Amino acid sequence: MSPLKRLLADRAASIGAAIIAGLILVAILAPWIAPYPEDVTAFHLSERLQPPSGTHLFGTDRMGSDVFSRILFGARITITIALIAVGVSVAIGVPIGLIAGYYGGFPGGFLMRTSDVFLAVPQIVLAIAIAQTLGPSVENVILALSLTYWPFWARLVYAETRALKSQTFIEAALALGASDWRVMVLHILPNTASAIIVRTSIGMGATILTAAALGFLGLGAPPPTPEWGRTISEAREYLPEAWWYAAAPGLAIFLVVMGFNLLGDGLRDILDPKLRKGRR
Amino acid sequence: MTDPLLTVEGLSLGFRGDGGFAHILDGANMTMNRGEIMGLVGESGCGKTTLASAILGVLPRHALEVRGGQIRFDGLDMLSPDHGAQQQAARGRRVTFIPQDPFTSLNPVFTIGQQIEELMKWKSPRRDAGPSRGPALLSRYPRARRKADRAKVIEMLDLVQLPRPEQLLKKYPHEVSGGQRQRLMIAMALLPDPDLIIADEPTTALDVTIQAQILGLLRNLATDRGVAVMLTTHDLGSAYEICDRITVMYAGQDVEAAPVAEFFNRPTHPYTAKLLESLPEGGGGMTGIPGELPSFYAPPPGCRFQTRCPRATEACRTRPPARFAGPAHVVRCAHPLFDTAPFEEVRA
Amino acid sequence: MRRLEIILSRLVWFIPTLFGLVFVVFFISNVIPTDPARIVAGENATEAQVQALRAEMGLDQPIFVQFGRYVADLATGDLGKSLYTQRAISEDLLHRLPATLELTTAAMIIAIGLGLPLGVISAVKRNSLIDQVVRVLSVSGLAVASFWLAMELQMFFSTRLGWTPLNGRVAGWGPDEITGFYVIDSILSGDWASLWDVLHHMLLPAITLALPAAATLVRFTRAGVLEVINSNFVLYERAMGFPPALIIWKYVLRNALISTVTQIGLIFGTLFAGAVVVEAVFDWPGLGTYAVQSILQSDTKAILGFSIIVGVVFIAVNLLVDILHTFIDPRTLK
Repeated sequence: MSPLKRLLADRAASIGAAIIAGLILVAILAPWIAPYPEDVTAFHLSERLQPPSGTHLFGTDRMGSDVFSRILFGARITITIALIAVGVSVAIGVPIGLIAGYYGGFPGGFLMRTSDVFLAVPQIVLAIAIAQTLGPSVENVILALSLTYWPFWARLVYAETRALKSQTFIEAALALGASDWRVMVLHILPNTASAIIVRTSIGMGATILTAAALGFLGLGAPPPTPEWGRTISEAREYLPEAWWYAAAPGLAIFLVVMGFNLLGDGLRDILDPKLRKGRR
Repeated sequence: MTDPLLTVEGLSLGFRGDGGFAHILDGANMTMNRGEIMGLVGESGCGKTTLASAILGVLPRHALEVRGGQIRFDGLDMLSPDHGAQQQAARGRRVTFIPQDPFTSLNPVFTIGQQIEELMKWKSPRRDAGPSRGPALLSRYPRARRKADRAKVIEMLDLVQLPRPEQLLKKYPHEVSGGQRQRLMIAMALLPDPDLIIADEPTTALDVTIQAQILGLLRNLATDRGVAVMLTTHDLGSAYEICDRITVMYAGQDVEAAPVAEFFNRPTHPYTAKLLESLPEGGGGMTGIPGELPSFYAPPPGCRFQTRCPRATEACRTRPPARFAGPAHVVRCAHPLFDTAPFEEVRA
Repeated sequence: MRRLEIILSRLVWFIPTLFGLVFVVFFISNVIPTDPARIVAGENATEAQVQALRAEMGLDQPIFVQFGRYVADLATGDLGKSLYTQRAISEDLLHRLPATLELTTAAMIIAIGLGLPLGVISAVKRNSLIDQVVRVLSVSGLAVASFWLAMELQMFFSTRLGWTPLNGRVAGWGPDEITGFYVIDSILSGDWASLWDVLHHMLLPAITLALPAAATLVRFTRAGVLEVINSNFVLYERAMGFPPALIIWKYVLRNALISTVTQIGLIFGTLFAGAVVVEAVFDWPGLGTYAVQSILQSDTKAILGFSIIVGVVFIAVNLLVDILHTFIDPRTLK
């Protein structure tokens, strides 16, 4: 079976893929599908804190804006942050892991010890430290997350490269006179791709959670950005009466992270036969 | 003649898998008498390990499908789930096991002593029969019996020629050699004073140089104590050296069973004859029979050897009944190489 | 001795890793143009006053000199003064560390108590209804934002039902402070009323914190058990008629724990990370709330100190896990 068919045959993974596809679609189409697209910035204080109804699917917030519309626009921020932050982490981590794993020795050891430094504290702690000093903005959240998450890919690719380097087909390529770069890019990198893809899917979920936590702590985009974490922190003072206000963004985060985790698990089963036996 | 110790009758079973139903055992029969050493011989994939696992109750349960037949050990039905408690009690006590791979068959994170002690706690011949009450994890090991058991353990380790048993018990499995581990497995199989030991290719994982020693040791200890041994092996040479009787299996069916001398002098099933022909002087593997094992997913009806048999005819498409080719020499073939008599006539 | 060797080889990396962490956080926090002197001096200060303060705080020095001073101070346990509390940061942090450690330890105990048995049962009864439910719950547990879960649980159990206290660590003064760990303190001083009160306060935050960790544990234990359950030694133990419960809960679990234990350092990390936001929601007077307050005050040095102390605790926990590993898996000592 082709990988795509196997993905669709795995119930959990296809649910995950569907959730993510839905999220991306919603993020792109937000201006058209949101019932009140102007509510991202506009407010109607006369309609504040109204419970869910036909006109306001998830009710309204403290400014009288439509929560549902803001959630849809929040998806844009979430997906942007996660995609860029993970993209940058991959772009930093993969080459470092590849070079460190391939050459080994002192430079390799140095690079890996550097990544250990970044892993020496939980990611959110480092992200807090970085984001706090840089000031609250979406760009700074992305920067903070990229700086904290790259070691995950570096370690992964490092381990895979070390294992691959001693394999016969790599030795054969080298014996045939292939350059180091050629071997790294054409022979080793494609063989680590499965692991990178799986890690990336699960990393997206983790990044979204951390980004939301930063938003919750006031380190994300400044108001009135409809960022999910920030919305939850805004909603806090209006609990328990305005329960919908916090529930909606919380469920949105849950759904999206769940989507990436399910997809990651499914991809692992499909792409990584070594780990496939773990699930049965 | 007394009742046989173990009988397997018409056992048919297989596994549900991606490719359909794999029909591993197809009407397999086998008999073991008390105190005899019986070799269950066949190529890899012939179902001998599956048969051993079925007797031991360790077939993977989730995909297993039993389609018929029975296993009786001294009157006890070893297959039906209705007798779970009795089977559980018999296993490790009256039927013990020597595994194929001594390297991975001991738990790596417990010392050898801890593992033998656990065995004796539950399976010592000095333990009162009857089911234990309360959760197994909290069950006690009475001090007096523990002391008696420990003396027996040391004595047994001496018998299997393991040096310095006291120190050995403190070691972890990875700290001793493969040969020593297999001696240990023999000791653990004998300690509960069983009636039957099932030894599944006990020497394949070992160096050729110590294979003979281990088999010799097993034979001597088992004969001294009158313990029956079912030895599965693909090595006819070692089967010849230590077995009293041999049963040959092909693709999940028994084809011939005979006392060892009879077996080598008058191989009556064409498959057996081919096996012996392919044997290089002085023992060895089994190669040189043209063709391949039939697929377990779509086996031919009747005798499964028909696809490779030079004597095969239309008659082979039904399974031939067991016939006698000599005293205690049973064969299932429509075109045997020697004269046979029907089962009923000989028995009458 | 082999075990000592392993421990020493880990210890050797303790200082360089910590130094690297300080280096990274210090330089990142100094690339930005905020001026702590101006914050301290207040809005109405004259330029001269700010300059004087800057000189006093060493901010007029080149960044490497500042870093050198910081590290030199750090070596004596001095993390600088908090802009907000006006106390030594090290004092603040050490004072608050027990609260966070107590909370994370309680969460760890809950997570292990919940995660291990569920992981084992889920693996043993693979593909059964209970396995499906446990797997869905564990995937969900990893996907939920802990600060949101904290808020929702607080709203439901404290505000709506009134079963648990809304926030804080203790209702009154709490037990006499001996260790700073209130549970231990109230036991030591025999103050049972306080013990009950402390546990009551701890219940909801600890459960909130424990749920994602339990989910991780379930997944690792399940995978570990599934890997072990088909191994040859389990086959041998089954063939030899060992009681099935004994095989699972003693022999299989012990082997499966090896991979789980190596994850405990990681899990402790997620607990610490979760503590930052969960403490903020429950107003738990630990490191997390301190960090959040420092964020609100733009107190960079306090954040730096917070990152360092978390780093120390985290590295120490991983060291402990490595040592524990040598006990639980004899093969590491080969």
